[in-house]
Amino acid sequence: MTKFEYAPAPESRAIVDIKSSYGLFVNGEFVEPTDGSMFKSVNPATEEVLAEIASAGAEDVDKAVQAARRAYERTWSKLSGRDRGKYLFRIARIIQERARELAVLESIDNGKPIRESRDVDIPLVAAHFFYYAGWADKLGYAGAGPDPKPYGVAAQVIPWNFPLLMLSWKIAPALAAGNTVVLKPAETTPLTALLFAEICQQAGLPPGVVNIVTGAGDTGRALVEHPGVDKVAFTGSTEVGKQIARSVAGTAKKATLELGGKAANIVFDDAPIDQAVEGIVNGIFFNQGHVCCAGSRLLVQESVYDDVLARLKRRLGTLRVGDPLDKNTDIGAINSAEQLTRIRELSEVGEAEGAERWSPECELPERGFWFPPTVFTGVSQAHRIAREEIFGPVLSVLTFRTPAEAVEKANNTPFGLSAGVWTDKGSRILWMAQQLRAGVVWANTFNRFDPTSPFGGYKESGYGREGGRHGLLAYLKGEH
Amino acid sequence: MTTLDDARSSLPDITSSEASLHRFLHGLPGVDQAGAEARAATLATRSIKTTAKQYAIDLAISMIDLTTLEGQDTPGKVRALSAKALRPDPSDRTVPQVAAVCVYPDLVATAVEALGGAHRTVKVASVATGFPSGRTSLAVKEADTRDAVAAGADEVDMVIDRGAFLAGRYGEVFEEIVAVKQAAGDAHLKVILETGELATYDNVRRASWLAMLAGGDFIKTSTGKVAPAATLPVTLVMLEAVRDFREATGRQVGVKPAGGIRTSKDAIKYLVLVNETVGDDWLDPDWFRLGASSLLNDLLMQRQKIATGRYAGPDYFTLD
Repeated sequence: MTKFEYAPAPESRAIVDIKSSYGLFVNGEFVEPTDGSMFKSVNPATEEVLAEIASAGAEDVDKAVQAARRAYERTWSKLSGRDRGKYLFRIARIIQERARELAVLESIDNGKPIRESRDVDIPLVAAHFFYYAGWADKLGYAGAGPDPKPYGVAAQVIPWNFPLLMLSWKIAPALAAGNTVVLKPAETTPLTALLFAEICQQAGLPPGVVNIVTGAGDTGRALVEHPGVDKVAFTGSTEVGKQIARSVAGTAKKATLELGGKAANIVFDDAPIDQAVEGIVNGIFFNQGHVCCAGSRLLVQESVYDDVLARLKRRLGTLRVGDPLDKNTDIGAINSAEQLTRIRELSEVGEAEGAERWSPECELPERGFWFPPTVFTGVSQAHRIAREEIFGPVLSVLTFRTPAEAVEKANNTPFGLSAGVWTDKGSRILWMAQQLRAGVVWANTFNRFDPTSPFGGYKESGYGREGGRHGLLAYLKGEH
Repeated sequence: MTTLDDARSSLPDITSSEASLHRFLHGLPGVDQAGAEARAATLATRSIKTTAKQYAIDLAISMIDLTTLEGQDTPGKVRALSAKALRPDPSDRTVPQVAAVCVYPDLVATAVEALGGAHRTVKVASVATGFPSGRTSLAVKEADTRDAVAAGADEVDMVIDRGAFLAGRYGEVFEEIVAVKQAAGDAHLKVILETGELATYDNVRRASWLAMLAGGDFIKTSTGKVAPAATLPVTLVMLEAVRDFREATGRQVGVKPAGGIRTSKDAIKYLVLVNETVGDDWLDPDWFRLGASSLLNDLLMQRQKIATGRYAGPDYFTLD
């Protein structure tokens, strides 16, 4: 060897035990779907079929909602906050104990690098359960009056980009507030939710408090539209979010929607430039860009444009794309063939509209769904790649001259989930944070999450907040 | 704001006056502390195994400045250190030699003699210039340097005047480095920034540029006498500085973290940092060194573990 080349360092998958087929988790037990229909979950890095998963029909969804209702009325709503907290703490500790198993399974099912599932996803999952466990006996201090009440049965539908993390964002506050839940994971990433079902059993959670129904869009629709549901929480595409908003409109159901984004990551000429480059990389290439709050529109001040682009390109040359289970992998697989097609299509549109496409040299594995980190320069606000959410490792670069122009361009989007500001000037950070219409504004960092910090969007990025005290209020009836 | 592009065309202008030097150094992009530390921490999680580990261990050994800098140093100790530098593991001839032995000026001649014919394949480095505090007059620093070089030192490790630097007297620090560089003649000049006393990463970046503008061949983190000594984020900032400096001027400068690097695991983290920040061009003893006194034995122990599958105890490796 004449160069320092890292040897493969794959995490062993022996720690996870993937069954050949999985039923639905209803009333504390795994049950077969009524009509027996199944679908396959695939490892996106190899296209290997991992398991057969039950597809829940309307009847299965009804059983799950009824189980949740019974559990709500007979046990969960009767428990003291302190006792609910005990269960949540127990779940949090089991998640920590089984962290490695969860991380490996998440990477196999989702395609994300083990470095992220191990160091970001799973620790945050445990942190969310710990955080909301602490709230369970303090609901009177959450800001919803002295004695707020849960809604009842929560229907929760989550996406495939952070399967277990989104589960924790949904289930932890719901249970802390005293609701019971029926959760539908995404059809391409159900495995960690089903392992979480086992964790609920291990924790001795009363049957029916958490129910997990697997399936595709129809299952989700049946769940959201079920009349026995009191509260709907959805994270996913804006398109589906709008359908849900329509179906919930005029009913007594409460809803929170966390939808798409097209975040601006704004770099001023006085920014700490090397860290800004890291932040750009983290903003758009974290989790293959499968992040609703990804910094997919880079706005660079013209005076440092050449410098930032040169540094960014050099940095992208060091990104390691490949086997998600390799501990040295920075960018894993695209979650599904369908998503890969969408990323390819939008990238072609970008070229056709006249933007310049660039990717570092990198070899992609032959099997599986892969897309290289990609940067588009010469992008204008009118280009589709600057307006539509691509949900992949594709960055569009625009420029600006003045802070006012940066704000104008950043806000000129139908979305408003997040934004990033890079500058050494504290006063400018505060001014920008007030001007930007986005739920989260990161300053000199990007894609940081914490259970205590509320998260949610403006405009087509949805409504309601998850995380923090605000996330708890979304599951409480009270004077707020 | 003076940009890095300006540096390419106008080096003499930058250093022509205290004011212009000040303007340039304070016009360098800032360093965000949290961001730099997060980046260094991320790189420290790279998993280096099997062939990569073997390669890294030998590379690290070849980059070591085997160092003894104690008041109690004796010629005997320096002779022993030199012998170890030449053949780090007497039982295994495939182990590479270290890059240099690093001693106080009065022991340079002893080291040169002890290395004998092998001197220059293993260099002799000497900490001159009133090491470790540097609080002597320029005349003394120059004389100290000339003494060390006359005694046969190939490399001079000088310390900067942190007092002058922190007071913002950059011109003074600049002139001093220029003068010592001149006194050192053909010897390579390594400029010790003592980053633990510079306190901020912005200062580390400025001091790095100052040392490079003044002609330093290497920039080095620490004397090893101040805590914290070398850290990963400080080294990251210095690596970014040499990378940008080469981009701006075409001249390549080396980097040497020193002090507190004791284990193979630590050493490998530094190599990863080099690999992913500045790349192959710096993964060479000519451009990257590890200043260390106790690191070598751990590298040898790990090396033997890979070869035999078993750990030997510390008694199976020579003390010095």
